[in-house]
Amino acid sequence: MFNRLTPFNVTALAFGYAFLYLPIVILVIFSFNESRLVTVWAGFSTKWYVSLFDNTKIMDGAWTTLRIAFISSTLALVFGTLAGLALARFTQFRGRTLFSGMVAAPLVMPEVITGLSMLLLFVALDWTRGIGTITIAHTTFAMAYVAVVVQSRLVTFDRSIEEAALDLGATPAKTFFVITLPIIAPALVAGWLLSFTLSLDDLVIASFTSGPGATTLPMEIYSMVRLGVTPEINAVSTILVGIVTVGVLIASVLQKRAALQRIADERLAQASE
Amino acid sequence: MNTGKRPVAAYVDRQASTPPGGRLESVHRAMMAYRVYRWFALIGDKFGISGQTLVIAIPFIWLLLFFLAPFLIVLKISFAEPLTAIPPYSQLWQWDGETLAIHLNLYNYIFLGEDDLYWRAYLSSIRIAGISALLTLLVGYPLAYAMARAPASWRPTLVMLVILPFWTSFLIRVYAWIGILKPEGLLNLLLSWLGLIDQPLTILNTNTAVYIGIVYSYLPFMVLPLYANLEKMDLSLLEAAADLGCRPIKAFWLVTVPLSVPGIIGGLLLVFIPAVGEFVIPDLLGGSETLMIGKTLWSEFFNNRDWPLSSAVTVILLGILLVPIVYFQRQQAKAAERA
Amino acid sequence: MTARATEPTKKKKWAPWSDPEAEPFIRLVDVSKRFGDFLAVDNISLDIYRSEFFALLGPSGCGKTTLLRMLAGFEKPTSGRIEIDGVDMADVPPYERPVNMMFQSYALFPHMTVEQNIAFGLRQDRVPRDEIARRVREMLDLVQLGPLAKRKPHQLSGGQRQRVALARSLVKRPKMLLLDEPLGALDKKLREKTQFELVNIQEETGITFVIVTHDQEEAMTVSCRIAVMNQGRVVQAATPTEVYEFPNSRYVAEFIGDVNIFEGRVTESGADHAVIGAPEADCRFRIDHGISANVEATVWLALRPEKMVIGKTPPEDPTVNCISGVVWDIGYLGNLSIFHVRLDSGKTVTSIRTNRSRETELDITWEDRVYLTWAPGAVAVLMT
Repeated sequence: MFNRLTPFNVTALAFGYAFLYLPIVILVIFSFNESRLVTVWAGFSTKWYVSLFDNTKIMDGAWTTLRIAFISSTLALVFGTLAGLALARFTQFRGRTLFSGMVAAPLVMPEVITGLSMLLLFVALDWTRGIGTITIAHTTFAMAYVAVVVQSRLVTFDRSIEEAALDLGATPAKTFFVITLPIIAPALVAGWLLSFTLSLDDLVIASFTSGPGATTLPMEIYSMVRLGVTPEINAVSTILVGIVTVGVLIASVLQKRAALQRIADERLAQASE
Repeated sequence: MNTGKRPVAAYVDRQASTPPGGRLESVHRAMMAYRVYRWFALIGDKFGISGQTLVIAIPFIWLLLFFLAPFLIVLKISFAEPLTAIPPYSQLWQWDGETLAIHLNLYNYIFLGEDDLYWRAYLSSIRIAGISALLTLLVGYPLAYAMARAPASWRPTLVMLVILPFWTSFLIRVYAWIGILKPEGLLNLLLSWLGLIDQPLTILNTNTAVYIGIVYSYLPFMVLPLYANLEKMDLSLLEAAADLGCRPIKAFWLVTVPLSVPGIIGGLLLVFIPAVGEFVIPDLLGGSETLMIGKTLWSEFFNNRDWPLSSAVTVILLGILLVPIVYFQRQQAKAAERA
Repeated sequence: MTARATEPTKKKKWAPWSDPEAEPFIRLVDVSKRFGDFLAVDNISLDIYRSEFFALLGPSGCGKTTLLRMLAGFEKPTSGRIEIDGVDMADVPPYERPVNMMFQSYALFPHMTVEQNIAFGLRQDRVPRDEIARRVREMLDLVQLGPLAKRKPHQLSGGQRQRVALARSLVKRPKMLLLDEPLGALDKKLREKTQFELVNIQEETGITFVIVTHDQEEAMTVSCRIAVMNQGRVVQAATPTEVYEFPNSRYVAEFIGDVNIFEGRVTESGADHAVIGAPEADCRFRIDHGISANVEATVWLALRPEKMVIGKTPPEDPTVNCISGVVWDIGYLGNLSIFHVRLDSGKTVTSIRTNRSRETELDITWEDRVYLTWAPGAVAVLMT
């Protein structure tokens, strides 16, 4: 009797989602505006997209960002998986408290702090700042997200499946790779995607840790915004939103198909009883 | 369950072609990773390091080097003097072969204490983050509640719709509000078209805009823990309350809200902690009246290039956030244990 | 500490545990396991013989699963020794033990098909491909799952999953199969049928089975011997009949089946008889065998409900064991009727009668005074 759509609930949903989506929808609409003003509609045009592709700074920034995101999310996946595994499986080792603290802290640490401290490390080590240092910084904070995703997946993982593999003669390492890893693969994919978007999105840490010649897309967008609001930014935004939306749609369609398959499988199981 | 013997032929021809263990793509992919691991383990064995040690050591060393060490350096530099040099700060200790001279400069902290700009910035950051967290709760709770009580088949979609904006660029989402809130922006156009105002409201470049920006950007962080909490609530508790004569609204306050306290606390912390150090939102949406420590730190660092002072600002900010961060982590650990 | 004079009479049959010459196949010597402050297994010594079907029975938390996991190698004993077929298992990890386990949750690999699950253990041993294929097919035949070989675990029913788990743990021909509550997830009907299948498979393969269960009927149905466990110790390890009819303690008597227990004091203790006074029952129990307790010693008398005959008239022979009381409550189960009789001392005893004749009303009803009688050998005299 409590799971129903009361007028209050419908209103809450409508307002909530309107609040979340209206700004984005407006942003997308005005990216097709003929006028330079982003608030007055002057007819449909794709000219901002054209000028966008001629903007080499934006295109370079996008390419730099993609490379950083790809490498850092892949590294974060490896380190984060190891960290999540260590936290979920090895309950006692020296420095565990420190370790779990270091894994959890980047999740809530204000970006200015992370960015500043990273920069000072690179200065102290006298490393040339650029794509490499941004990648290291992104790897460090993204691995925390991966670790949390992997850890929570492993905690709910039925340990007896691993024990069964050990019992049947697989060594612990082989068990992890042949049994555990394939089963937690969806969590790993989610962790990688999360790291990838976090890296794509980051302005503050990248600003601190980058050097001359390494300007990421968010940094480029930020300096454009500082100069003034133009439909060109709306166009970049629309493309980014579009990519994410398509990706999420594909993922949810796949998920839906998997769910339907599962239901069919369960019917099959009952039928064969 | 089948009891009678099944005809053997029925499956023999179906499975004759492939031996078991043939097509196992995910396993094969994992086996590739296993080979890489074996190679590492072999090297590890040479130095007497076990696989378990390796699993812990690799991320541990990475985090020590790139997460803990930077904070120690920040702490160190906060006791240095600014110099116009590369790097722009003095060394803390000097060793000339005989004497070790340690030069601890407390001036940065004294300056922070004396110049009320910083204190006001800290307090104002905490206030803005706190108010924003509460506002996010006000907006997020009804949404999370309605999501959790929606038909079960809708819920995955509703959750996905909350997460979706989070996957799109944070910067862009903040930028979108500039066009809405500015004096000639869409909100003012709408309000004057409705005849509610004749003078455009000044919202952009005020604290109000910062509140809106934080609530908007951090809403998913509030809604998701709340939803997770409300969704798993046993609804028979509400039926029991109703059965015992409690009206639905009263049951909401007496049963639902107290049970969702862990979700509320989790959401508040997830919004409050990062919002204290927020830079992008006050920078793009706030005005000159908006004092936030993230912005102060940024300008101290990039505009004034006073690295020791910005390090001291960071140390104190970290000190302020330590309590909520440790508390948050405890909550996480407890939740993980319960699961 | 069984207070009986004669061994239970039985036909000459396979019983290596009562043969002092027989070599135990699995040996636990003074095995203890401590988790922090908690002593899960407390100094257990146990011998299990080749091809035996051995059950570990006890309430949850009694240490039976810990004991099983130590046999599998998932837990290391804090002290003591475990030998399998003469080999000390102390430093043998689970993946090198000649032992396989069937898990309570079945623990099927969700990303592998039925046959891949069954083949997994053989592939770890690098058995040639064609032999793997042959042995997997044998197993699929044994558990009658051939047509489902290409399915994944979530496409199977509970009973089918249970059989895949069984096949997977048998395919390596282990020296010993460990079963952790193997039928716990099945409904009652299926469970009863599967119990007999398990026994058949065990007899066919000749593999030593060690089963953990909290279900006494299951333990009694499938096993050669049962070890009744409590708080980390084995209280009694014996055949199902011995455990039921000749329990060695109040704990075993009460854990297995229903029982009425009276406190008694020995008044006569001879070589071939004994008399024990039980004030609660207002009766002198006459026992037709000697007991190991002296006169004046306190003992407990365990009397199973079905051993008593209920009647409305007192027995004519005054030497017959008899107690009398008033019917307090009746439970009619169709095949049986259960009478709760309140004795004059206030104690309630339970008596079971098989309903041999068809009647719409029982001849004994509430408030009737009844007399319960039993044979002199029906009572178990317990020292603890």
